[in-house]
Amino acid sequence: MSALEGILAIWQREFIVYTRERERSISSVVTPLIWLFAFGAGLGASISISGLNYQQFIFPGIMAMNVLFTSMFYGMYVVWDKKLDVLKEILIAPQPRWVAFTGKVLGGLTICAVQVTILMIVGALFMNIPITPMSYLFALFGALLFGVGSASLGLFIGANLNSPDSFSLVMSFVMWPLFLTSGALYTIDKLPAYLHAVVSVNPMAYGVDLMRGALLGTWNYGPMLDVGVLLLFGAVFFWLGKSAFEKMNLG
Amino acid sequence: MSIKIDNLTKKFGHLIAVDNLSLEINKGEIFGLLGPNGAGKTTLLSMLGVLVIPTSGSATVDGHDIVREPLAVRRCIGMVFQGGSLDNLLTARENLELHARLFGVPKEMRKKRIAEALELVELTDRADDRAGNFSGGMKRRLEIARALLHHPAVLYLDEPTVGLDPQTREHIWAYIKKLAKAESMTIILTTHYMEEADLLCDRIALIDHGKIVALDTPAGLKKRMGGDRVKLKCAKACSTATLERLRKLPFVKSVSAEEGHLTLVVENAPLHLQNILHEAGAVEEVHVLPASLNEVFLQFTGHEIRNESAEEDDAQSQWSAHR
Repeated sequence: MSALEGILAIWQREFIVYTRERERSISSVVTPLIWLFAFGAGLGASISISGLNYQQFIFPGIMAMNVLFTSMFYGMYVVWDKKLDVLKEILIAPQPRWVAFTGKVLGGLTICAVQVTILMIVGALFMNIPITPMSYLFALFGALLFGVGSASLGLFIGANLNSPDSFSLVMSFVMWPLFLTSGALYTIDKLPAYLHAVVSVNPMAYGVDLMRGALLGTWNYGPMLDVGVLLLFGAVFFWLGKSAFEKMNLG
Repeated sequence: MSIKIDNLTKKFGHLIAVDNLSLEINKGEIFGLLGPNGAGKTTLLSMLGVLVIPTSGSATVDGHDIVREPLAVRRCIGMVFQGGSLDNLLTARENLELHARLFGVPKEMRKKRIAEALELVELTDRADDRAGNFSGGMKRRLEIARALLHHPAVLYLDEPTVGLDPQTREHIWAYIKKLAKAESMTIILTTHYMEEADLLCDRIALIDHGKIVALDTPAGLKKRMGGDRVKLKCAKACSTATLERLRKLPFVKSVSAEEGHLTLVVENAPLHLQNILHEAGAVEEVHVLPASLNEVFLQFTGHEIRNESAEEDDAQSQWSAHR
């Protein structure tokens, strides 16, 4: 009971902080819009993929990118909380550490849900994305299922970092590679063998596939495999992140 | 017995932060850990707050073992950290609510406890302002209020007044005294300010390189110095006879002469100054240095407690500015 209260308290704290950090919330919605309206519309002027214009084709991929970047940065942000004593204040509470971890993951997912919803509204209004209540919920489910793994990955990395200086390394070696080999920006059936192999082991590819299937009805792997891989991805990193929180030494 | 520490050791790699330290702290006592930065005070508190796991040794807080019963220990302690630990984007009340929920304060009691805590630190009228807009002293007061919400048996204060201006420091001291009196709470504070330890603490442990070098009441520690110091600059070179006369005074413990300067260790110097000057003859300068913990520390460790807080505060504000 007190664990549930703790999770709810941290969850609420994360959400309040998000709504009050204007710069962060604005920039994390603007970036995907630039991708859609500058890159998507630009390249879309000369190419189309499987009967969809390019901007529509990458829309679910950009949603996944938004989930990836938002939730991973959100997770890595615990480095700041560690530098100050904010995290100590939470971890000194008589609660097991998985409570703080779970509250953080739920906070990250809520933020993703808000942003993905904003994107889908923009998509429906300006990009002809066929959004119905069902397809909205289905795509939201896909985004959050992928978000569990990616927020946990961010928290796992954040718990192991000692300084925010390493953020750019994580961007170069984790976030951009995950995004660019996820099939968010291209179809995967015509890829060279090496790239095809990389895409197949990238959990984000299954998140992109699930959201694209939900919104546009085109599938590479099918919903069963997508959900299965994302569940595994989420479970592995949730466990790793939780363990990292438990081992974290706050001198 | 509130806290019992038994051969507690913490190593970070090759660095021994706390070195085989044993200590007992009584219920209702204000206990000071005094020492320079890096002496191991914060590490010791962190172990007692179960944020850091000891390398070896053991300790109990209010009867609970810090290794085997971490949750029970956390339930009975309140802690105020050295760095800023408030959520600057949350209001004072929201900060307190978060803490009360995490510490399992029942819902029906939360409102009352929060109101009481705000009242105690005189922040009731700022309850719905964001903590980020508070001054350093107000933030520290809010942190103290927060640490009290779950009515802990023991309160840890890590450098409670570091980086605050003198006036605010005195304000905080008054709150701490008020608490100790009203709640008969055991309070452990770390500090590298002599006067803070002197003014607040019932007993003080001088800590250097992770070890206790001396443990006594402030008065007891000062007594070990033998008394105050009186420094005299004689008008003419002092004669041996003058030195002898001074040495014979009953309240003078020792006399040393150096290049026309005399240093006397005197019991209750302000009272006996007249007599001393009478015996010393014509002097150009007189300095009376009351026995201070600084000198006690110097005597026990061979070095002074340096005040490095200015650097720390700079680093602190850089981090804070980002958040």
